[in-house]
Amino acid sequence: MIKQFKIAVLAAAAVAVSGVATADEFIPAIVFDMGGKFDKSFNEAAYNGAEEFKKSSGIDYLEFEVTQVSQREQALKRMAKKGASVIVAMGFAQASAVEKAAKAYPNTKFTIIDMVVDLPNVQSIVFKEQEGSFLVGMAAALSSKTGKVGFVGGMDIPLIRKFALGYVEGAKYANPKAEVFQNMTGTTPAAWNDPTKGGELARSQFDRGADVVYAAAGGTGIGVYQAAKDAGKLAIGVDSNQNYLHPGVMLTSMTKRVDVAVRETFATAKAGTWKAGIRVLGLKEGGVGYAVDQYNSSVLTKEVIAKLEAARADIISGKIAVTDYMSK
Amino acid sequence: MDSIQLFILLLDATFRVATPLILAAMAGMFSERSGVVDIGLEGKMLGAAFAAAAAASVSGSAWVGLGAGILTSLALSSLHAYACVTHKGNQVVSGMAINIMVAGLTPTLAIAWFHKGGQTPALSGDSRFQPITLPFADALRDTPIIGFTYAELISGHNILVYIAVISVPIVAYVMYRTRFGLRVRAVGENPHAVDTAGISVDLMRYKALAVTGLLCGIAGTYISSAHGAGFIRDMTAGKGYLALAALIFGKWKPVPTLFACLLFAFTDALQARLQGVDLPIVGVIPVQFIQALPYILTVLLLAGFVGKAHPPKAIGIPYIKER
Repeated sequence: MIKQFKIAVLAAAAVAVSGVATADEFIPAIVFDMGGKFDKSFNEAAYNGAEEFKKSSGIDYLEFEVTQVSQREQALKRMAKKGASVIVAMGFAQASAVEKAAKAYPNTKFTIIDMVVDLPNVQSIVFKEQEGSFLVGMAAALSSKTGKVGFVGGMDIPLIRKFALGYVEGAKYANPKAEVFQNMTGTTPAAWNDPTKGGELARSQFDRGADVVYAAAGGTGIGVYQAAKDAGKLAIGVDSNQNYLHPGVMLTSMTKRVDVAVRETFATAKAGTWKAGIRVLGLKEGGVGYAVDQYNSSVLTKEVIAKLEAARADIISGKIAVTDYMSK
Repeated sequence: MDSIQLFILLLDATFRVATPLILAAMAGMFSERSGVVDIGLEGKMLGAAFAAAAAASVSGSAWVGLGAGILTSLALSSLHAYACVTHKGNQVVSGMAINIMVAGLTPTLAIAWFHKGGQTPALSGDSRFQPITLPFADALRDTPIIGFTYAELISGHNILVYIAVISVPIVAYVMYRTRFGLRVRAVGENPHAVDTAGISVDLMRYKALAVTGLLCGIAGTYISSAHGAGFIRDMTAGKGYLALAALIFGKWKPVPTLFACLLFAFTDALQARLQGVDLPIVGVIPVQFIQALPYILTVLLLAGFVGKAHPPKAIGIPYIKER
């Protein structure tokens, strides 16, 4: 019996060794967070980045969509065990899972997006969402006829407050008398996936006179945009360019180049230039911005764009200081 | 906009939020009054929400969606009946099993059929129930209070909201004024007496659960293709449990249950408007507290004002004929 067991262990070890033996081939991996890779927002941006890498390099990647809190750590560790060269973890919520997995697999490269994990084999990519939100806040206030604009957040966490604060500052910069309504969808991760609630929150803001609403709420945002369309108001998308969802309704989108971050992570890891540490991507680095395309050309006027461009230059040069909620 | 108008808009939101709760609670009433516990309301609604959105997006017709939603809900309801009535299984376990099964099955099917990560394509135009503007609504809008109330509160909802409102008097009539209703109540109170009278207890419970399935199907369809515009996983977000709570809160009676649903919906609509508002004296209330408000209110009302509820006597007990 014991002998049999030993043989089994040896066999398992042999399998493990053969697994490591193939490790010199490059295997990128990505773990999406709740909301799923087709949330038309944050995770979808990452998915697009990964797909771009796949197309340009011809290298397929491993992927996993987290549907439960407990799966994150398992998923990351499983990727590491499969011999992934670099693992991208999407979202702040994976921080503790990344920390544990990175300690368990110190030779695997981890990149976490939207959160900082301070370990020698972890690269943390964070964005200056406040700067992008500032610009769309300006766009909202400049396009609003009532001088009232709205914000719908997903889960009530500091990251989303960061979006909100930038948005408020931008709106007030463009129109000092602008009134901003803020709503958070919830306090649990379910708040990323509740479009009916998002729609109701948006309608409550329209009822109070808002005519532009900005959603930073993952899948919940879909309900917010639908409500804006139903009520004949304007909406602002987030993370990905969401203008195409409802042409003529979407004023613009605050783009967070998660796709670029994911693609670069894969590319640098492949080229061997991947470095651990913190990367902060703001307006200056092209990490955040606002979307202009054929879908919103009818609603985002040239005058507004000119003002936004001026403000962008001022933020980059430091003339306008946008407050970071996290360091407030 | 003055405060009266804001209040009317708040009530308007209350009706939109209350619709699935009312339909699901009325659905639960048939099941529970016939003596079958139904915590599977959530699963039936979710299943119907998915089927409705899927069918509507493929066919382009909201009515086809409604049909698919009702059929799915009926199927799940029959499954519940088969497990708990025919085979005398534990009703709570069966209901929970349906909830878990649907929660897993719907995103899986959505991924397989639509390749959109567990969502269905967004619905628009005829594939979604559109608001109905009642006659004269726009003309009367400018008449103070009455006209505005008519235009905002009464007109401009989709047909399912009106169905939900009408369902309450119909359910009350069926439950208290028809032979079917009497028998449903009787099998929930004293199935032995009903059996003695020569009526099949099992058949009555099957019929009651069919009505449950029908109403839950409408509730689910409302969530995905009238209030929302497409299916997202777990989109019922606990509404089935809330409806069940409203049913118990309303002592298994139609009108009190309606008010319980409206109360839940009202607090939900209110919290959307209270968030981040600087109130006199107390200041800005934290989001967490505001979101706990409906539940705090429920506990307080249950503890202080509602009084003792008398559940149907035979609830939860499978009927076994005497030897």
